[in-house]
Amino acid sequence: MKKDIILAGVGGQGILSIATIIGYAVVQSDLYLKQAEVHGMSQRGGAVESHLRISDKEIHSDLIPHGRSDMIISMEPMEALRYLPYIKNDGWLVTNSNPFVNIPDYPEMDELYKEIETHKHSIIIDGDGIAKDVGSPRSMNMVILGAASPFIALPFSMLEDGIRAVFGRKGEDIVNKNLEALLRGKEFTENHINK
Amino acid sequence: MDKLLLLGDEAVAQGALDAGISGAYGYPGTPSTEIFEYVQKSNQAAERNVHRTWSANEKTAMEEALGMSYSGKRCIVTMKHVGLNVAADPFVNSGITGANGGIVVAVADDPSMHSSQNEQDSRHYGNFALVPVFEPSNQQEAYNMMADAFELSEKYKTPVILRLVTRLSHSRSGIIRGEIQKENELHLPDNPMQFMLLPATARVNYKNLIEKQTLLIEEAEKSKYNEYHEGKDKSLGIIACGLGYNYVKENHVEAKCEYPILKICQYPLPKKYITKMVNECDEVLVVEDGMPVVEDWLRGYLNDCHAIHGRLDGTLPRYGELNPKTLRKALNLEPHPIKEMPVIVRGRPPELCKGCPHRDTYNALNEVMEKYGKGHVFSDIGCYTLGFLPPFDAINTCVDMGASISMAVGAADAGLFPSVAVIGDSTFGHSGMTPLLDAVNSKANIVAFILDNGIIAMTGMQDSAVTGKIEDICLGIGVEKEHIHVINPLKSHHEENVKIIQQEIDYNGVSVIIPRRPCIHIAAKLRKKK
Ligand SMILES: Cc1ncc(C[n+]2csc(CCOP(=O)(O)OP(=O)(O)O)c2C)c(N)n1
Ligand code: SF4
Repeated sequence: MKKDIILAGVGGQGILSIATIIGYAVVQSDLYLKQAEVHGMSQRGGAVESHLRISDKEIHSDLIPHGRSDMIISMEPMEALRYLPYIKNDGWLVTNSNPFVNIPDYPEMDELYKEIETHKHSIIIDGDGIAKDVGSPRSMNMVILGAASPFIALPFSMLEDGIRAVFGRKGEDIVNKNLEALLRGKEFTENHINK
Repeated sequence: MDKLLLLGDEAVAQGALDAGISGAYGYPGTPSTEIFEYVQKSNQAAERNVHRTWSANEKTAMEEALGMSYSGKRCIVTMKHVGLNVAADPFVNSGITGANGGIVVAVADDPSMHSSQNEQDSRHYGNFALVPVFEPSNQQEAYNMMADAFELSEKYKTPVILRLVTRLSHSRSGIIRGEIQKENELHLPDNPMQFMLLPATARVNYKNLIEKQTLLIEEAEKSKYNEYHEGKDKSLGIIACGLGYNYVKENHVEAKCEYPILKICQYPLPKKYITKMVNECDEVLVVEDGMPVVEDWLRGYLNDCHAIHGRLDGTLPRYGELNPKTLRKALNLEPHPIKEMPVIVRGRPPELCKGCPHRDTYNALNEVMEKYGKGHVFSDIGCYTLGFLPPFDAINTCVDMGASISMAVGAADAGLFPSVAVIGDSTFGHSGMTPLLDAVNSKANIVAFILDNGIIAMTGMQDSAVTGKIEDICLGIGVEKEHIHVINPLKSHHEENVKIIQQEIDYNGVSVIIPRRPCIHIAAKLRKKK
């Protein structure tokens, strides 16, 4: 088993919580994990990425080699495309549909979606909409994680345990809303693939 | 034992705590900051009351650490690579004094300059000061090395550098902990000359330092962190340092590497292995993250000894971080198919947060400066450096911490008017006070803005050493009371602020303007505390 995942987004969109949740899940198992974070300058509204590598064998590089990533999980559609040089031809591209516009020359949405859909396997999901629906707008990242979960090759319950561990301190209500967001994301993808 | 999921930085901190440190000294700087923060948050450190307050700058940190070492106890010093420039005076001299209690200087380099002004390589400092260097290739090694580094430090009475790079500092992996050692008792140096660098005693100490080198090379040859992997194909030998080793391995997951590989994670160089490799292989490829340090040492000036490949002959890129792709090319392996980034993807640079106090300061400053044209504002390092980018375009320089005030002084000396400095509160405490003293002494015609957001924001919210003390410091240095102004950087105060700035530009002498409003990320916390 080996999964190389790029997490992408804009500073503050919660990609590090996703990394922490998957990290928690993996460390409880016998799998190896490496997770390279980006700190510093890039946090102030800039592009952020994290490389997450899971394997049943020892992992060498902290960085995923170009062209070898199994998946891009992105909180933002333009950011999803930024990391295309990393993804395998048949890798999954799972992204939030809602743009984060903090630059003057942000591209046209149609062009972005078209570009994403030229990739062989992609899922575009309204993460913000679903998170609002669940009553927790800040759980957009969990919706996206849920939407990616069928391809991560970890049991879904491990991700749920990760959420309980990471959000546990914040109270039951927050845990439940995040679990709900995760589930709604997963259901979206399942419906999408079965179509 | 349970696995801990730790950043490389955190593994270093945990390793240091388990090796029995009595103190951590440091100044924040990406990517090193999390080492110190981990010690600050650790229960283990709290129970033992390990010293863990940030220092004013890297030089004071290094010297405080020397004092603890003098007293016989172990300590760690943390900083980013450019911090070692600030600490260079005590650091280089600490090679000559050597250590009593163990000292490990954990320095994080930043190849590719993810958040730095340069990509200098701390192994140069190790070589320069004749101090051994450990360079972990993964998180577990980073943890394990701490105990060994302290042991080496005390055995040979020498400080040791632990060299990290961004990728390792900021990448997590599972760690298994080892033995937990007790702290040292207080014991002063046996040799009363050890920390006394008068010329006569320094010469003796320097001779000892040189003589130690042979022993340190032997240690590197015995070290478990340096390994020679035999290989059948002797047309090439690979020397892989630190993280470089991982990238070589990463490219041999599917097919085994047939070339001999020398993994180097402890310096000075293990001479025996290098000689073996050079003798048995036709050519040598040096793989190292950062600068071509080892490659340079091997090549010498004339490069007529052997076919050596690496960053200097273009086999690997001359600068920038290594990655598996660059290595693949250097190893002549078939490239993986790689998609291109679509052209519609735009750059997304970082920006000052919405509501940031620095925004209002720059809006007011820009309004005043408009009539003088561009090129008058010397800035410094911190969140406010983002004021270089549109829409502000407010500042013209950023060189090293503290350089804003000093450069403004030099420019004013040259006749530039107005000459304005913009410096953050922590940067002022780090190295802005001495240039302000120069300004006062030479009656330079400058206006210095000390942006007091109450915190070190850039590196992730550490306490600033000068909070609550800035006006007193300026007064003490000799700035006139009438020319020290605290302003509130808010839209509602804009007109008033513009007036004060104009008035101080018109004053011929040293003026200090302190825009004071907390960084929005701590404003909420501060309000709660009250
Ligand atoms: C010698 C050196 N040490 C550390 C750093 C890392 N660093 C960059 S800016 C900064 C402090 C910024 O704090 P402050 O001046 O208060 O500005 P703020 O970010 O809060 O606006 C630090 C520690 C550096 N660039 N150089
Ligand atoms: S972190 Fe604080 S100081 Fe830095 S840009 Fe944001 S509000 Fe300003």
